[in-house]
Amino acid sequence: MRQAWLGIVVGVAFAGAATADEFAKLVVNGEIEMVTRTQAPDHMEAIDEIRSGWTFRTGETQTLQMDDFDNPGMVFVEQAVEAWAVAEGGMGKSCADCHGDVADGMKGVRAVYPKWNETAGEVRTLEMQINDCRTTRMGADEWSYAGDPMTNMVALVSSVSRGMPVNVANDGPASETWALGKEIYYTRYGQLELSCANCHEENYDNYIRADHLSQGQINGFPTYRLKNAKLNSVHSRFKGCIRDTRAHTFSPGSPEFVALELYVATRGNGLSVEGPSVRN
Amino acid sequence: MQQAACAAACLVASMGLVQAAELAPADLSYDEAGHLQAPLTDMPGDPANGRKVMATKSQGNCISCHAISEMADVPFHGEVGPLLDGVASRYDEAMIRGIVTHSKGVFEGTVMPSYYKVDGFIRPGEGFTGKPKDGPVDPLLTAQQVEDVVAYLMTLTD
Ligand code: HEC
Ligand code: HEC
Repeated sequence: MRQAWLGIVVGVAFAGAATADEFAKLVVNGEIEMVTRTQAPDHMEAIDEIRSGWTFRTGETQTLQMDDFDNPGMVFVEQAVEAWAVAEGGMGKSCADCHGDVADGMKGVRAVYPKWNETAGEVRTLEMQINDCRTTRMGADEWSYAGDPMTNMVALVSSVSRGMPVNVANDGPASETWALGKEIYYTRYGQLELSCANCHEENYDNYIRADHLSQGQINGFPTYRLKNAKLNSVHSRFKGCIRDTRAHTFSPGSPEFVALELYVATRGNGLSVEGPSVRN
Repeated sequence: MQQAACAAACLVASMGLVQAAELAPADLSYDEAGHLQAPLTDMPGDPANGRKVMATKSQGNCISCHAISEMADVPFHGEVGPLLDGVASRYDEAMIRGIVTHSKGVFEGTVMPSYYKVDGFIRPGEGFTGKPKDGPVDPLLTAQQVEDVVAYLMTLTD
C-alpha cells in the first residue's frame, strides 16, 4: 500500500520535471492558468516577447510552483493569513476589520501596484500602502520595509490575484516617477559598470557563471528562493543585483527603488501575477 | 588606507629586489583603437597565474562571462562574452592588453568591465558589500595580474 502510494508520487514528480521547460504551461493547483510569455508592452523597444522568470528555471524548480502544497512560499502566506485578522495598534483594528475577507478585499490589487496615490501625491508600492494603513488607520508601528512580516503580507495580497494580468500604469501623474525608474534601469552602476539592461535585456537566456539570466521580471514577487529558504521582496532583489555590480546600493523603500519598481513592473504588463513564486 | 600604505611599502620592497616598476591606470597611453603596446610592469606575465586569476571568483572571474575550452576543468563558464578559444590568433597582444585594462576603449559600450581603471564610476561600492566606497578605488586587478592574464590569453592560439 505505502509503496504503491510512493510510486505514484514519484511518477507525478517525474512527469512534471520532464514536461517543465521554457515552453511549459504554468497552471497552479490545476486551475490557475498563468500567462508566462506574451507580447511586450509598446514602451519596450529592445524586447518583443516578455517572459516570466518561471520559464528560465529548471524543471524541478518549476514544478514546485505548480501546486500550493509543494510551494514552500505558501507557509509564509499562511502566517500572513493569521496576521490579517490580528488587531494591532491604538485603534484596535485588524486588516480584516476594514478589508474583510482577503480573497475578496484584495483581489486585483497586486496587479495594479505600484500606483499613483492622489491624496498623497506620490507613487506607492504595496509596502508603502500597507504601512500607511498600519500607521494612520490602525495606530500601529510601521513594519520594516523588506522585513518578513511585510514581505509575507505582500505575498498574501499577491496570492489572491494570481492569474490576473499585471496592469500597472505609466502615464498621467505616474509618468515622472516612471521616467526616473527607466533612467535607473539603464544606468551602469558600480565598479563593474553594469545596468539592469546589460544583464536582463541584452543577456537574458545566457548563463552568467552558474546563473541562467532571466528578464528580471517582478510579476512573481515575493519569490521563495531555495537559496535562502524565505520569501524575498522586490527591493531586496534589486539591492542584491546592484550590490553585485560592486556599487553602493539604494535602500529598500527609497524613492529610487520605488521608481525602479514602477518601471520594472510595467515591463511585465500582460504577464500573470504569480507571487509567491519559487526561484533558485 | 592601510592597504594603500602596504601597497606602497611592498612596491618599494620588491623594487629593491627585482627593480619592478609598474604603470598606474592614469599613466597608460592607449592608441586611437584603445590598444596598449607597453606592458604595465617590467616583470614578464606568468600564464599559469593568469589562468588562475581568470578562474577565481574574487579575482578576474572572467569565466563567469566567457567559455574557454582549455579551462574545461573549471566549472560554470558563462555565455555573456565570446568564446576565448584562439583569441591570440585573432588579435595581437596590444589589443588584448587594451581589452583587459579598459574593454570599453576597444569595444564601445561593451558589457565587459574594465579591469585596470579607477575613476568614472557611478556609485562605486566597497567590494560586494553594497556600502559606499570611501577614498580611491583600487583597480579590479593589479598591474601584474593584468600582465599574467594577458600572458595566458596569448597562449590561446588556433
Ligand atoms: C551582473 C548581472 C546582473 C545585473 C547587472 C542585474 N541583475 Fe538582476 N539578476 C541577476 C541574476 C544572475 C539573477 C538570478 C537569475 C535570474 O532570475 O535572472 C537576477 C534576478 C533578478 C530578478 C528576479 C527575477 C525572478 O523571476 O525571480 C529581478 C527582479 C532582477 N534580477 C532585477 C534586476 C534589476 C532591476 C537590476 C538593476 C537594478 C538588475 N536585476 C541587475 C543578475 C543581474
Ligand atoms: C560581465 C561580462 C564579462 C566579463 C566578466 C569579462 N568579459 Fe571579456 N568580453 C565580454 C563581452 C560581452 C565581450 C565582447 C565585446 C563586445 O562587447 O563586443 C568580451 C570580449 C573579450 C575579449 C575579446 C574576445 C573576442 O574574440 O572578441 C577578450 C580577450 C576578453 N573579453 C577577455 C576577458 C578577460 C581576460 C576577462 C577577465 C579578466 C573578461 N574578459 C571578463 C564580457 C565579459
